[in-house]
Amino acid sequence: MSQQLVPAGQKLPKIATEVSHDYVSIFLDGQMFGIPVLQVQDVLGPQRITRVPLAPPEVAGSLNLRGRIVTAIDLRRRLRLNPLEDGKIGMSVVVDQGGELYSLLVDNVGEVLSLSAKTFEANPATLDPTWREVSVGIHRLDGNLLIILDVGRALDFAVKVELN
Amino acid sequence: MDDLLSEFLTETAEGLGTLDLELVRLEQNPDNPALLSNIFRIVHTIKGTCGFLGLSRLERVAHASENVLGRIRDGEIIVGPFAITLILASLDCIKSILAGLEATEAEPEGDDTALIKQLNDFAEGKISGPAETAAAAPVETAAPAAPAQATVKAPVVMAEQPDFDAIGNVPAPQNHELPSLVDSPLTQEAPGAARDPAIEVKDSAVAASNIRVNVDLLENLMTMVSELVLTRNQLMQILRSHKDSEFAVSLQRLSHVTTELQEGVMKTRMQPIGNAWAKLPRLIRDLSLELGKKIDLQMKGAETELDRQVMELIKDPLTHMVRNSADHGIERPADRARIGKPETGTIVLNAYHEGGHILIEIGDDGKGLDTVNIKKKMLQNGLATEAEIAQMSDQQVYQYIFKPGFSTAAQVTSVSGRGVGMDVVRTNIEKIGGTIDLKSTFGKGSTVTIKIPLTLAIVSALIVECASERFAIPQISVVELVRAAPGSETQIERVNGAPFLRLRNRLLPLVALDKLLRIGRESEEAQETYIVVTQVGGYSFGIIVDRVFDTEEIVVKPVAPILRDIPMFSGNTILGDGAVIMILDPNGIAAATGEVVAHGSAPVEQAAHQRISRAAQKASLLLFNSGDGGVKAVPLALVARLEEIDRSEIEFSNGKPIIQYRGKLMPLVPIGDSIDFGGEGRQPLLVFSDQTRSMGLIVSEILDIVEEVLNIELGSARPGVLGSAIIAGRATDVIDTGYFLMQAFDDWFSSPPNEEGAPGDRLKRILLVDDSPFFRNLLAPLLSVAGYDVNAVESADKALTLYDQGDDYDMIISDIEMPGMNGFEFARTVRGTDRWCDLPIVALSSHTSTHDLELGREVGFTDYIAKFDRDGLLSTISATFNMPRGAAA
Repeated sequence: MSQQLVPAGQKLPKIATEVSHDYVSIFLDGQMFGIPVLQVQDVLGPQRITRVPLAPPEVAGSLNLRGRIVTAIDLRRRLRLNPLEDGKIGMSVVVDQGGELYSLLVDNVGEVLSLSAKTFEANPATLDPTWREVSVGIHRLDGNLLIILDVGRALDFAVKVELN
Repeated sequence: MDDLLSEFLTETAEGLGTLDLELVRLEQNPDNPALLSNIFRIVHTIKGTCGFLGLSRLERVAHASENVLGRIRDGEIIVGPFAITLILASLDCIKSILAGLEATEAEPEGDDTALIKQLNDFAEGKISGPAETAAAAPVETAAPAAPAQATVKAPVVMAEQPDFDAIGNVPAPQNHELPSLVDSPLTQEAPGAARDPAIEVKDSAVAASNIRVNVDLLENLMTMVSELVLTRNQLMQILRSHKDSEFAVSLQRLSHVTTELQEGVMKTRMQPIGNAWAKLPRLIRDLSLELGKKIDLQMKGAETELDRQVMELIKDPLTHMVRNSADHGIERPADRARIGKPETGTIVLNAYHEGGHILIEIGDDGKGLDTVNIKKKMLQNGLATEAEIAQMSDQQVYQYIFKPGFSTAAQVTSVSGRGVGMDVVRTNIEKIGGTIDLKSTFGKGSTVTIKIPLTLAIVSALIVECASERFAIPQISVVELVRAAPGSETQIERVNGAPFLRLRNRLLPLVALDKLLRIGRESEEAQETYIVVTQVGGYSFGIIVDRVFDTEEIVVKPVAPILRDIPMFSGNTILGDGAVIMILDPNGIAAATGEVVAHGSAPVEQAAHQRISRAAQKASLLLFNSGDGGVKAVPLALVARLEEIDRSEIEFSNGKPIIQYRGKLMPLVPIGDSIDFGGEGRQPLLVFSDQTRSMGLIVSEILDIVEEVLNIELGSARPGVLGSAIIAGRATDVIDTGYFLMQAFDDWFSSPPNEEGAPGDRLKRILLVDDSPFFRNLLAPLLSVAGYDVNAVESADKALTLYDQGDDYDMIISDIEMPGMNGFEFARTVRGTDRWCDLPIVALSSHTSTHDLELGREVGFTDYIAKFDRDGLLSTISATFNMPRGAAA
């Protein structure tokens, strides 16, 4: 499956003429998001996740990544989306944030996209505040919009609490 | 070798190694200021450290070469081969001194004046090597070989001859090599090459056998090894389900290597506890001056090693407690002299390993804790009511000194007495999973015992399950496990929804883990639950869980920063099957049930059974089934341990059953003939012990422990039965333990081995006065077992008759409430006699009110003991015998 798409940290060949950035595309409730490829450590299939009682609701639990304990973040919950249908377990994108590993739970992982700055636009004013908070901007793709995820902010729940 | 010195040697050898290289580089790049200042700094450091360590010879040489370097740095002297040679010569001199230092731990004798003079002269510009003039010439640095040779040779050989001789004077093995060095005209051309032979000889052995490693690197290694251990555990688990796997042998080997690696890496983190004690002697010295006391600090077991992380955390609590002992514990010399103690007080630090833990004792022979004073303070601060205090045992009272804001020091000194401290100490110790315990005898001193885990990295934990989630509970906080099911003997009762458990006649507050962690359960409440009885400080509580699995060695990993605010978890870990589980923090859970703690009932729990036993005439009795249908009882105080053995382990010697128990053979005695202990299965045992011997009493079933008012009727003619009493509503035989002990060892009472209780050839004789036949029968064997010659009488009058008959004793133990002459009158009478007037008299009573204590002291009781406090009685007796007679009276 798409796990093998991109070994952590490896860049795809760039388009020579333009400055471009590589993103791992992920899907949440039909919407496509991009995570800068350099931040991605691993892409995992469905994992056994241990619930952590009393944790913030965005924390899905902890999982074991080759002996390291990784905190799993439910991105759907973070973005105030409805949980996945019963019985379906999504995939995990493991990111490094300040030396700590976090696993972002997503519905699915797509391919790695190399995008030029030309298609990039700042967040539209009408974007949902929660989404705007975790989004750097949007890339216009053919027939689709790719929201670039700010991983640091996605992991910072305190911001959200303030909004509430 | 002194730690400081060996560290200095390692460091200096490193510095010198760098210097050699840097100087050569400097010679090639004389204009590099960074290089120069680095060299200057290293020499300066060496000089500074020498001065600090009092190595004067080394310091003088280093100082002189620093002078030269200073001049060079200031641009007053130009770097040339001569300058470098001179400095290198001084370095060689330093090295040879270091070599001597390493060999003998003292500076070797020797005269460096010539070298120093030359260095000084050079620094002041009085002499200059011709090379210095050549420094301006472009050839100098690039190719010093041929042109420099001629010019350099003459003056240097002349000038330096005496220096090398001076160096040669030191008892270093390179003596014979130096002359040839100096003679060689090549010496000056290649200073680097010239000093090589000397270095080879002087490579420091200390430096070679020690390297400095960054702590982070070690921590990293530890983490990796922990991972390896976990992976090993996973592999072993897989292996268990594949019998006859071809991997078995290799995995076994891997497992061994991993274990060894783990131990090795753990060792790198270990440091002797002496490091944490290093500043204590100084502290005590200053304190004794400040407080006008004479204090001797003894440190035992300083080489006991523990994890440096743990050590960092206990350093401050230790210092605090030693300071406390010096300030509160030890009396002033005059006061000590008055009560017959040596003027110099002693504080003893003792550290040792015991079963995966380190025990550290801080003891003093000072005045001990004054319970009367503490109680007063408790009332003042509103920590307890008078009625509560009256109920408390000393041990419970002591717990209050661990309360925040509690200080009994009459005045606040600069040292202590501000009431911050012991609570912080306890918090710190408990934070690292340790426990703290306090023993004290008023007038004789107190001992604090700290029990801490060897390392924080790997702990033993109990794995439990609640609402289909697994959790780990650190084993150190777990006291026992209780199974509770509706309808069974142990069941959870509720008061206004709050769950409680009756456990050995006390109420244990319970915490439902699922409710606490707000984890919903899918199924209905489980029929059968387990209660993990947990103790945090003085507070016991039960955690209700669904299932209990095994204990596992787990590697504690800190939780992610996002989860750090949850107080219920102290970390998380990966189990052998690869699952992540959370480690519960008993401290956090106890704090979360804070209301219970706030009611003040909490610390009382710890010694609740003691309190109950202190209630009038109540005794803890162990009930068991003797096999012939009857329920029998034995005072719990006499039983050392309850065991369950495998029947197949029972062996026979001379037709009598024995078992290998704790590395010794222990005779087994069946309680009745009808007990069949052959065949398979588990066999319960009551173990009775004195210092060296143990005996196992085979019973058919251990039933319960009850606290009962004992009203024993003597008159049983049956051997082995003391009499009957109504216990738990039934007539129950109370067994005569003495009878069974005699069956195991005929000589149990006749020549009891005893090291502590009665030093000296003759057995100490004790006169026991008690009206209750039960207590006479209970205590007489107990004291006999402890190595005393006991005579028990039932009244004060009888005792006085013995006096009239001319009997002599070493101690009297007397009940207070007796028909006829009571204990107080008896003590007063004894004090008025000729022969017995200065015998120690220990009062034995179930009443220990302050008033009684004071009255007891007044009439001449030496000490006061609760009736069922077996250990207290024995320790008091032994302490009294070991006390100078004058103080005892």
